[in-house]
Amino acid sequence: MSRSLKKGPYINVKLENKVLAMTESGKKNVIKTWARASMISPDFVGHTIAVHNGNKFIPVYVTENMVGHKLGEFSPTRNFRGHGGNKKR
Amino acid sequence: MAIRIAGVDLPQNKRGEVALTYIYGIGRSSANTILEKAGVDRDIKVKDWNDDQTTKIREIIGEEFKVEGDLRSEVQLNIKRLMDIGCYRGVRHRIGLPVRGQSTKNNARTRKGRKKTVANKKKATK
Repeated sequence: MSRSLKKGPYINVKLENKVLAMTESGKKNVIKTWARASMISPDFVGHTIAVHNGNKFIPVYVTENMVGHKLGEFSPTRNFRGHGGNKKR
Repeated sequence: MAIRIAGVDLPQNKRGEVALTYIYGIGRSSANTILEKAGVDRDIKVKDWNDDQTTKIREIIGEEFKVEGDLRSEVQLNIKRLMDIGCYRGVRHRIGLPVRGQSTKNNARTRKGRKKTVANKKKATK
């Protein structure tokens, strides 16, 4: 089920403030965050955000196409390497 | 004299409401809207449409609906966008697994294709 429109998009406030501060100062640092559920707002474009996946931070370079997606979508939490191990034998 | 709309031959012996659904991008509900707008009864069979009605229907589809090739390419572009930005849904498309969180322990055969039997899947023998 999708989020109620009445509430507007969920954008993590702390993260947004950090991004805005960076845009203002013109710096391009990587911001670490755990806010996987936060929507990517148009302000984030061009920044690199390191999104935690439960183990480590995955750097995500935000492009225009990603606006409207959530940060967690770009930082996979599972690492599937394929089935079987018969190739060695 | 089969009637051709958007590159699809409509079946002659079906009611308009059903016949229009042979076009990709038009289902029962949009077929009904089209026929209502064109002022054609939905129970009239395709072969009984007169030329005016056919033109009208064709016009409405041309103007208000995205069908066939255009629609297919739009869908493909949407999928391609997901794959390019490398988000979770895009990854699932890339490796051909269900995209919307379905279980993949069993089934999910529509996405995964025919069963690939693993040869000599042995029990834990030494």
